[in-house]
Amino acid sequence: MSKKVAVIRKEHFNAAHRLFNPIWDDAKNEEVFGKCALPNYHGHNYELEVKVTGKPDKKTGYVMDLKVLSDLVKQEIHSRFDHKNLNLDTKEFRKLNPTAENIAVVIYKLLRPHIDKKNDLMIRLYETPRNYVEYPG
Amino acid sequence: MVYLTRIEHFNAAHKLYNPAWSREKNEEVFGKCANENWHGHNYELYVTVKGQPDPGTGFIFDVKKLSDIIQEHVIEKVDHRNLNIDVDFLKGKMCSTENLVIGIWNELKPHLPVGVLLHCLKLYETPKIYVEYFGE
Repeated sequence: MSKKVAVIRKEHFNAAHRLFNPIWDDAKNEEVFGKCALPNYHGHNYELEVKVTGKPDKKTGYVMDLKVLSDLVKQEIHSRFDHKNLNLDTKEFRKLNPTAENIAVVIYKLLRPHIDKKNDLMIRLYETPRNYVEYPG
Repeated sequence: MVYLTRIEHFNAAHKLYNPAWSREKNEEVFGKCANENWHGHNYELYVTVKGQPDPGTGFIFDVKKLSDIIQEHVIEKVDHRNLNIDVDFLKGKMCSTENLVIGIWNELKPHLPVGVLLHCLKLYETPKIYVEYFGE
């Protein structure tokens, strides 16, 4: 089969964060980020969808083995972010504001090297059931 | 008797950590939830009241008013907060979902009008984990 097909693995992680730009004072941060800038952090159940698009392999019928993709997300994403404070506990967000947008881009960069170059990668990240971002690279 | 449920949500940080225990003991009991720099959740709160529909309105209680009461007395205190540090009704308590739901019940109940009976609180910590409390 030569048609392109998308396969999607859903994973989730729970983390604390706050939105804060260190070059601004507290008043400006509160003006821009509202309650998200509160100093003692808040948190989310992040729902992550990793979409890999390509032509199914002739031998296996797979675009990508979803168990392999799941293990990859656990190894690269969960180990870094699950039950962590994104601002304090991760080197990725020490100097980068952990907005959903930036988290999606970081996840893309962490996963892309492990996924076959001939396949496309897209990251969809739900910060809440009502807010999500997409990053297709 | 009719049961009416309003769903609200809030996002908060917390950790499960008993200060009377060593760090090793906390990690043994609470695992990753004991991470010292907190983690967080999207909490979903289901508030169910019960009563007889009023003949004039057909309502047990105006659900917009129920929402306003939950917002003022619960959500304002916990949303985008650190449950261990910022929430007065959890001071000195373990911030488990069980204790949180009991605390929310105690905050909410006195503010409901006479005749509107609080029946159940259901609190989701994640889509797969929730607790229920009936005030018993």
